[in-house]
Amino acid sequence: MSGKAVREADRQREMTELALKQLGSLVYEQIRAREFPWIMIQSRSTDNIIYDQELKQYILGDRLIRRHSRNIAHIRPFAQLIWTAWFSRELLRHRKTSTLREVYYSARGQRDIEFKDQDESDNIITDLETALSRPREDFNIYPEERSAIFGDLTIEYTVPGYEGKRMNLTEHPDGVMIGPALTSAEFIETSADKVLVIEKGAMFTRLVEERAHEKFNAILIHTAGQAPRSTRSIIQRLNQLGKMPVYIFTDGDPWGVHIAMVIISGSANAAHLRGLATPDAKWIGVWATDIVKYRLPTEKLTDMDIKRLKELKKDPRYGGELWQREIDLFIKLGVKAELEAFSRYGLTYIVDKYLPDKLEGA
Amino acid sequence: MAEASYQSISPSDFFYRNREIAGFSNPSRALYSAVRELLENSLDACEARRVPPDIYLRIREVLPSKGEEGPEVYSLRIEDNGTGIPDEYIPLCFGKVFYGSKYILRQSRGTFGLGGTITILYGQITTHKPVRVASSIGKEIHEYEMMIDIEHNEPIVLRHEVHENKKGWRGTIVELQLEGDYSRSMNKIYEYLKQTAMVCPYADITFVDPKGRLYRFERATDQMPPPPRAVKPHPKGVDVETLRRMVASTRARNMKAFMMEHFQGVGEVTAERFLNTASIDPRTPPGELGPEDIVKLVRAANDFEEFNRPDPSCLSPIGEELLGMGIKKELNLTDADFLMAVQRRPSTYLGFPFIVEAAMAHGRSLARQGFSGITLYRFANKIPLLFDESSCVIWKAVNRNINWSTYLVSPDTPLVVAVHVCSTKIPYKSVGKEFLADQPEVEREITNAIRQLARHLRLYISRSIRMARERRRLSVFERFLPKIAEFSAKLADKEEIPDITPLLRAVGADLEEVERRIKEVPQVVGEGC
Ligand SMILES: Nc1ncnc2c1ncn2[C@@H]1O[C@H](COP(=O)(O)OP(=O)(O)O)[C@@H](O)[C@H]1O
Ligand SMILES: [Mg+2]
Repeated sequence: MSGKAVREADRQREMTELALKQLGSLVYEQIRAREFPWIMIQSRSTDNIIYDQELKQYILGDRLIRRHSRNIAHIRPFAQLIWTAWFSRELLRHRKTSTLREVYYSARGQRDIEFKDQDESDNIITDLETALSRPREDFNIYPEERSAIFGDLTIEYTVPGYEGKRMNLTEHPDGVMIGPALTSAEFIETSADKVLVIEKGAMFTRLVEERAHEKFNAILIHTAGQAPRSTRSIIQRLNQLGKMPVYIFTDGDPWGVHIAMVIISGSANAAHLRGLATPDAKWIGVWATDIVKYRLPTEKLTDMDIKRLKELKKDPRYGGELWQREIDLFIKLGVKAELEAFSRYGLTYIVDKYLPDKLEGA
Repeated sequence: MAEASYQSISPSDFFYRNREIAGFSNPSRALYSAVRELLENSLDACEARRVPPDIYLRIREVLPSKGEEGPEVYSLRIEDNGTGIPDEYIPLCFGKVFYGSKYILRQSRGTFGLGGTITILYGQITTHKPVRVASSIGKEIHEYEMMIDIEHNEPIVLRHEVHENKKGWRGTIVELQLEGDYSRSMNKIYEYLKQTAMVCPYADITFVDPKGRLYRFERATDQMPPPPRAVKPHPKGVDVETLRRMVASTRARNMKAFMMEHFQGVGEVTAERFLNTASIDPRTPPGELGPEDIVKLVRAANDFEEFNRPDPSCLSPIGEELLGMGIKKELNLTDADFLMAVQRRPSTYLGFPFIVEAAMAHGRSLARQGFSGITLYRFANKIPLLFDESSCVIWKAVNRNINWSTYLVSPDTPLVVAVHVCSTKIPYKSVGKEFLADQPEVEREITNAIRQLARHLRLYISRSIRMARERRRLSVFERFLPKIAEFSAKLADKEEIPDITPLLRAVGADLEEVERRIKEVPQVVGEGC
């Protein structure tokens, strides 16, 4: 079992290395043929981002664009792309990981490659993902924000120095950080039968303290706001491989609603990638309906909130009946409620009453 | 009540009392004016002789001021290789105001027989020292030491010596003492010499200043502008008094002959037609004209439209080639800079012929020397005008009549504009002779000359802008292609970095093309229109 996981991870890495090397050869041969090097990649401009009803996520359309080094506007990002490809391959070769921010800093001091800011380097990394149709995690590049996971799940590491080492995710009461090591780990076994995703750290800690994982037989995941891609990919894996239903629990406001939606349908920014969306996942609260039903303490919607709700209402991902109903009600009520609002009924109310209600209803 | 006393004063006396109007208002201005007057006389003399001027100018401190700030006594010496002055005229030329050789209608720097003499007068009243003049017209050398009898406007010769002239020297040396302030006038004197060198690239000027510093303005060519010819006056350029004198002294037997003999471009037909419109019988002997007839004639001449245009051969413009040459050398321009000169066709105002010439320079050489914005050089009859710039019609033409942004000139574009107006009568606005009045004809010619140049400048600038953009574009390839080559080789596990020179050459060809096109911009050539 363990050998297989490591071998699979090795195979993935070798494939990625090969893809990077092929990119290098392509460019190398073009120069040798006295040609200005160029590559074709899928366009990521908004008019080429399409919502796929079947996949229930955004995907890139068929339009390809040519990145041509003969073009004065392209040559700098082109050089940066090749450098970033080289940098990624060095990471893979030396079995190191890096963060988006580190990539930005690593280019410092590389004359003429240097990025203006992290936005620029993030963008080049997305270009590389698009060019090779692989998520940046395959290149061992991870975002900084890290979310956490807790529950009865045994994993086996594949990262250097830990190959074959196993751990149960209940070993740390604060949860285990979802970083490169966990993302590349193999899932060995679990007794849980569902995944409970929570937007906020404080609520996650409360649930661990209240032993919600035992009560609901669930794996708890805390997204720390918008779920990072590695977290979304873990949610997807638990759902697909482990056949576990996923329930998402966020603040009752447009921003919470959208956190749930990105987990379910993915984001436009990642339209070039698959395996990040979990279309079966369910958003269980806090709904506008809950605000009324549980008579939760509320705050007024701001102008920004209302504007955002109106945008969401038009978004193709929000076509479903539940979404339309809740958005309308938020606007009608003119209020929002945070997860913490349940504290008005005592600290254990949420675990004793609200969650069982909602899970039953889902 | 005291009885009024009536008296007349001599011209010398007049200038002695009113020296500020001739440019001798204070010690610093006086030193500058002295240099200017003597230098102009020397240049006039060389041009009259038609030899490239070789001028040596020296200012030496004679008496330092007594410790504190203030005027000092300097000795001024100038040597030239001009015509020289015939022995018998030397004392009068330098010892009598309103005496000179330039009362004819022909362009020269000096006009009234005033400048040199008043300089000597000023030296005398501030130091009580005589002037020394040595001159030769190629024979023996005459040396004079003299002073001016101010009250009677007469020279007083103190010493006269005749020397042998073995080397056949020709020219004039003037040496005098005067009160001045060199530290205050230094910049203006330098500027004056430099701008003179600009419009006289055929002159060689050496200047040793009181601090012992040597300034050399070397000649760039032996070529000189064609000399002006003396011409008869144009009927429109004559006033009542001049006409009265002409009538009084003529030998012509009747008015028709008078008109034909004393005025330029008047033949039989024109003479008769004109006298008829003035209702004066062509057969009238000139001596019989009354004062009212003379006034009538002057008025009629102003209205008469059939005279020829005034003859410009009495003018001596610098010429496009020489003007360009002078500016190029004094501003250290290179062939890559923009430089162009034009000479407008002769034109007239109030019966006086005039010609406008202008030159324009722009480019990196100027930027490197700190030029920023428009620097204006004004000249009248080859004399640099250094004061009261903003009162001058040339300034007005440059700053009010031209919309520089249409020519791609921004406020900090390094740009030199030089304008030369030459005429037998320069329309000075004041006795100070430092700025020109707004004569509409003159203003129009100046404006047109500048527009003509600016159109070419615009081409140059727009090409430079394109060129710079092209360079920037190329430098982008030079920067990034090596990186792409290096990292693609590393990524592909190749030892050798692929050669990018063919690619650079492919884009580099464009640059040569642009450079070739930019070189097509004309350098120092005019259009002659
Ligand atoms: N350096 C010189 N060489 C030859 N002639 C001179 C020189 N300086 C002055 N003269 C003669 O003296 C005359 C008087 O000079 P100046 O008083 O300066 O009056 P202007 O220059 O207006 O005629 C000149 O017209 C010229 O004939
Ligand atoms: Mg003079």
